[in-house]
Amino acid sequence: MTTFILNGQRVDTDLSDDTPLLWVLRDGLDLTGTKFGCGMGLCGACTVHLDGEPVRSCSTPLSAAAGKKITTIEGVDAVRAGKAVQAAWQKFDVVQCGYCQSGQIMSATALLVANPKPSDEEIDAAMGGNICRCATYVRIRAAIHEASSALA
Amino acid sequence: MKNRIENVSRRDFFKAGAGLTLALVLPAARGAAARVGGPGIAGAVPVAAAGFEPNAFVRIGTDNTVRVFAKHLEMGQGTYTGLATLLAEELDAGWEQVVVEGAPADVARYNNLLWGPAQGTGGSTAIANSFEQMRHAGAVARAMLVQAAAARWKVAADSIVVRAGVLSHAPSGRSARFGELAEAASGLPMPATVMLKDPKDFTLIGKHVPRKDSAAKTTGRAVFTQDVKLPGMLVAVVAHPPRFGATVRGVDDKAARAVAGVVDVVRISSGVAVLAGDYWTARKGREALRIEWNESAAWRGSSVQLFEDYRKLAATPGAIARKDGDAEGVLGKAEKLIEAEFDFPYLAHAAMEPLNCVMKLDANGCEVWNGEQFQTVDQATVAAVLGLKPEQVKLNMLFAGGSFGRRANPQSDYLVETAHIVKAIGGRAPVKLVWSREDDMRGGYYRPLYLHRLRAALDAKGMPMAWSQRIVGQSIVLGSPFESMMIKDGVDATTVEGAANLPYAIPNLMVDSHTTNALTKVPVQWWRSVGSTHTAFATEVFLDELALAAGEDPVSYRLKLLGAHPRHAGVLRLAADKAGWSRPLADASKGGRRGRGVAVHESFNSFVAQVVEVTVAADGNFKVDRVVCAVDCGIAVNPDVIRAQMEGGIGFALAAALSGEITLKDGQVEQSNFHDYTVLRINEMPVVEVHIMPSAAKPSGVGEPGVPPLAPALVNALHAATGKRIRKLPIGEQLKA
Repeated sequence: MTTFILNGQRVDTDLSDDTPLLWVLRDGLDLTGTKFGCGMGLCGACTVHLDGEPVRSCSTPLSAAAGKKITTIEGVDAVRAGKAVQAAWQKFDVVQCGYCQSGQIMSATALLVANPKPSDEEIDAAMGGNICRCATYVRIRAAIHEASSALA
Repeated sequence: MKNRIENVSRRDFFKAGAGLTLALVLPAARGAAARVGGPGIAGAVPVAAAGFEPNAFVRIGTDNTVRVFAKHLEMGQGTYTGLATLLAEELDAGWEQVVVEGAPADVARYNNLLWGPAQGTGGSTAIANSFEQMRHAGAVARAMLVQAAAARWKVAADSIVVRAGVLSHAPSGRSARFGELAEAASGLPMPATVMLKDPKDFTLIGKHVPRKDSAAKTTGRAVFTQDVKLPGMLVAVVAHPPRFGATVRGVDDKAARAVAGVVDVVRISSGVAVLAGDYWTARKGREALRIEWNESAAWRGSSVQLFEDYRKLAATPGAIARKDGDAEGVLGKAEKLIEAEFDFPYLAHAAMEPLNCVMKLDANGCEVWNGEQFQTVDQATVAAVLGLKPEQVKLNMLFAGGSFGRRANPQSDYLVETAHIVKAIGGRAPVKLVWSREDDMRGGYYRPLYLHRLRAALDAKGMPMAWSQRIVGQSIVLGSPFESMMIKDGVDATTVEGAANLPYAIPNLMVDSHTTNALTKVPVQWWRSVGSTHTAFATEVFLDELALAAGEDPVSYRLKLLGAHPRHAGVLRLAADKAGWSRPLADASKGGRRGRGVAVHESFNSFVAQVVEVTVAADGNFKVDRVVCAVDCGIAVNPDVIRAQMEGGIGFALAAALSGEITLKDGQVEQSNFHDYTVLRINEMPVVEVHIMPSAAKPSGVGEPGVPPLAPALVNALHAATGKRIRKLPIGEQLKA
């Protein structure tokens, strides 16, 4: 049995320790906002926060989450920056297919928590692990600046 | 309500363009398909118990919700927003009261009007074929609401004004929201005729409206196939053969079945499926399989060998797609002959959502949950596997996490695989097929590998007198339901589109092609912008070479040859003007050489020109700084969606141009995931400026046309910066050589 805090609530799971956190969330706990894209930590669609740090849940074993605080897209609006990022994403209609956007929003939120006023270069560095095949990058960049202004 | 809108004249109205215009010969699924709950704006608005449903496209609830049924797949291109805009415009609905839901499969009500008796999404046709249909559906609903209000208030219908979801009668001071009149309107007869608005009165079309899927897709609530979970559902993971054409000879599944949680292992025609209650367990089961493959019929060729074979074929005449004058004769006597060959690799679609499908058998037939792009084909194909009638295959169209063409598979490949698994377990549980990224990358159905050979003769003034283009590659429709429609006289229309309709005034013009399907078993398919993915590159790079050989500016040279094609010329001028083409490019701030290139191309009846600016460092590394894009897609229904599709099309095309390449060696695909099939990341995304040409022409598509001009404009820019001409995609390390 593994216990962790998920979006502010305590959860227990009896899935095996080596199960990636992604599949614990999706198949075990039916929280499907976090997406499966590559399974190797290459695309960022599965990004969640582990004690506030962005991690790729497809490559994070359940054992690494034990006793930690996990935040997913379903709970990111409880983070002030997360709410601002979601609002900016909606203001600029960033999404196209939308499949990668949970991960994008989780990475962007973590960036703004750590660095409230990022430059384009800092955005590129922080968001470089998140692929968007629809190539919504122009708007992702604009929306991060927008959220940054809204938080100031 | 059984009312249907008749659109008998629409088919004749639209002219078939150069794009993917289909007319299928398939068993039509007639009969009343029950409405199934597509996802629309997942979970946002509960369906009101009562409502007014005057036709197949709209339902107005007593709760004042305007529910629009979208017959086309939302895969990112913004079609849910676009279709709803058209209907809401004529209904005079308030935008915020509109929700969109995926329509069920029912070709009688939801066929693609450009495809004849077939329902599906592709060829950038969604808005083009729906422009009048959705407006008409909205206008009918509006007229009936007005009638209901007129009867209730005992006033003349023409004294009632409708604005943003509210009907009002100024003289009496009465007003009502749609929902208050929904039940009364339900009992009224359909109007015989309705008038559509004059475009000058549009309040939504051409204006900014927020996307209908933004909220669901920024909160994790949007439902994709990957997110479907049915009671008792099993997740299936399939071990596929290592080479195309191989089959299973034998399987030892003892270890797989011993994995805790594995429920079953079944042999199917495409491999061996492992079923479990969840994905991770099913994967562990697959890793424990011991399979002996029968590779006697497997293809063991390579990309390198295919290029060699294609190069030999390119020296011989092919099947003729276009012949004006006597190109061969003029080329044979030319004083100034220019020749070039262009190589194109296989490309994977690599959508963010790996392929998947959910299927359930029940007493009535079969129910499917899928990012459903090809309803009529998929119904027929799945029905054949399961021994059902097509109309017994009920399709729930969910959001697709990208597709770029892949989910409209002419063989319905992954749906067929799911059907075989469901069949193999006797339908005892619903099944979700999940492909891993590696399965998706190695599963075939690529944009084909092509080789183009071009030759041109210039006159004394440098203008082209003759042009010959030969295209060698696989046909994507041979052996599919589209073969009889799309292959004529040995030419696959999708292979030569963008080449056979070359817009430049050249008196002697020849385009021919060799179809190479006998040389390889690599499965191929359309990929965002289809033939134009390669024809635009070959034609627009070669034209640049001609302009330079003539000592002319690439823009003015093109304009001289585009006299008969004002829409090409229009976007070319607009892009050049906005990019400041007539002024010198600013020097690079930190050294390096700068260059600027241009390309213009028509695809799917839309016209796009792009100017690309690059900076090339001394070591050959380069950065795409800016892309200025001009698009003429007729009436701009959703300008912001058009801008988004140009931005996204540019990024998608740039990924392929920079490094996109599936290669085969000894019959095996060499790439497997995003580390070796690299796609565009945010640091590589240029600044993009989009300019929309004002137009009163009927709207045409924007999902694909932003893609074709990027790669040729980029390569032309790199030549301007370095003098080095790239004729092989991807660009890769070629500038460093």
